[in-house]
Amino acid sequence: MPFEIILFVFFALIAAVSSVVMVTRPNPVMSAIFLVINFFALAGLYLLLHAQFISVVQVIVYAGAIMVLFLFVLMLLNSKSEQKLLSGQKKIKVFAIVLAAFVFIQIAYLIFFSSPSRSLSPDVAASIKAGTVEEIGRQLYTGYILPFEAAGFLLLAATIGALVLAKKKFN
Amino acid sequence: MQNHFQEIYNVLPLVLVACGVFLSVVIEIGSVKSEKILPWFSVLVFLGTSLFSVFNLNNCGTAYNNMLSYGGNVFIFYSLFNLAAALTVLSSMEYIKKYGSYFGEYYILLLSSVLGMMLMAGARDLFMVFIGLELMSICFYVLAGINRKKQNANEASLKYFLLGSFATGFVVYGIALIFGTAHTTSLEVIVSNFGSLSHNLLFVTGMLLFLVGFSFKIAAFPFHMWVPDVYQGSATTVSGLMSTGGKAAAFSVLLIALGAVFPGNAANVFRPYFAAIAAFSMLYGSIVAISQNNLKRMLAYSSIAHAGYMAIGLAAGNRESVAGIMFYLVAYTFMNLGAFGIIAMVEGADDTNLELKDYIGLSQRHPLLSALMALFMFSLSGLPPFAGFFGKYYVFISAIKADLTWLAILGVVSSVISVYFYLRVIVYMYFKEPEPEALPVHNNANGVLAVVISAILVVMFGIFPGTLINLITSYLR
Repeated sequence: MPFEIILFVFFALIAAVSSVVMVTRPNPVMSAIFLVINFFALAGLYLLLHAQFISVVQVIVYAGAIMVLFLFVLMLLNSKSEQKLLSGQKKIKVFAIVLAAFVFIQIAYLIFFSSPSRSLSPDVAASIKAGTVEEIGRQLYTGYILPFEAAGFLLLAATIGALVLAKKKFN
Repeated sequence: MQNHFQEIYNVLPLVLVACGVFLSVVIEIGSVKSEKILPWFSVLVFLGTSLFSVFNLNNCGTAYNNMLSYGGNVFIFYSLFNLAAALTVLSSMEYIKKYGSYFGEYYILLLSSVLGMMLMAGARDLFMVFIGLELMSICFYVLAGINRKKQNANEASLKYFLLGSFATGFVVYGIALIFGTAHTTSLEVIVSNFGSLSHNLLFVTGMLLFLVGFSFKIAAFPFHMWVPDVYQGSATTVSGLMSTGGKAAAFSVLLIALGAVFPGNAANVFRPYFAAIAAFSMLYGSIVAISQNNLKRMLAYSSIAHAGYMAIGLAAGNRESVAGIMFYLVAYTFMNLGAFGIIAMVEGADDTNLELKDYIGLSQRHPLLSALMALFMFSLSGLPPFAGFFGKYYVFISAIKADLTWLAILGVVSSVISVYFYLRVIVYMYFKEPEPEALPVHNNANGVLAVVISAILVVMFGIFPGTLINLITSYLR
């Protein structure tokens, strides 16, 4: 049990720190690399929650495929370090940080206060079974067939949208 | 096997539009004449779906493991979205030629966005809400920038995309917290346990984040920053659909998610939130619209104000308010689509003819259009006997019944303020001396047809409001 907690703290710290670093880097390539680290840490957290399939997919699809595409695009665009848009607007920056910290403290307090995991069953075997490929596949094609199909239309619309905005023909 | 066919028949409106999406992709790829076929094909799909929904109102129930409900008020929403989209297509046909953005994909995206709206309005599960919301939004992000040569269209598209994604983040985080406390994504279960769950602060936080995300989509006050720029920069017809169909879909989700509040099964813990956004949206929208000279921008602020009037109903939270909001959405859809349709026709290429002064003397150049514009402006400002008046009337009555008289009074005050900028358009059209070098308005049969249909519906719902409101009320549980 303590080993799980140590692992959790380890992954959680990496995830939190890397996401903060990602947002604050001026160089987009560095941001992308820290995002990859963040995805790996999240995959570790999913594994701790017995979601093996999601964890693997997180590494293969997000950290692997999508982030490599991101990096390719960033390098092809050859963007210089982005101009510091907010450097002239100190007040907005300070206000944003204060507001974000306020909301963060509120929600963190609420989560500790109401501890939603208290009412969950600690049935480890069931939770391991729920995370397998078979179980996810069964759920996807029975109970959740309609959202699954609708997600297909979402992807189709996104593809067509990208095509419209990117295609060369103007007339 | 029988069961499968029955289930498909129950959700046939969705299947029709989905098939429409597929077929239009095939037509776009396969035919060189797709630019001529697709508009009429999509009008056909929209009208067919709308008619089917209207004739199957009494076939109520839920389908696919409680993922989706059909019949009743859901089908009224379906019919509304499809009619709105059909009218949008009619006024788009000539409009998108003006900007050289005559892509077949425009119609595919319109069909997909309507599919998203329908998934939202019928949703019985938070998954469906989220996927429907994203499907609709992604189509709108692209449609907003369909005039790719225009710089402000690009700006509108990007701005809408970035802020919209931000709002989606709120919705998803809210859903995560709701799932964490309710242990389910089924809205049926959440709604039936709403009373006990609303004592859990974390659930309330999740709901609040969810509501914040949707307040962005309905363009209510503190989350309205994107509205003027996006409505002004987007293609005019798309702005029309965004402000009507998009808003109606977001409201339908709010009505479903707060489903426990309206029959009075649970206390309306979100009343202060809705009362605040309602009051601020109404006053802000009406006051800022006064200083606008661009008509699209003016209608954008008016859209914020109308979101405020409808949010009064959410604050009131009783059965009358649900019916009132739905009636208001129907009325607002047709009067706003009509107004945007006329603007799209008067608009010249390259963003000309959009200012208030361009409408001087329209009554002589094009008497029919200016008469209809006057009708829509009267209806938007809420003067009887048009549909806009009864929308406001039902919502205000529901607020008074819920002891929110102050909110109803604020609504009346802001309506009075709004009369100024709506009637100013009429004054410019009829009572100002025209300048000789005014740009001509081209005749455009399909666009005029769309506007005339909207006008007929606005007048019809204004003269016989009881038919629709009784129909909606009869389907409320």
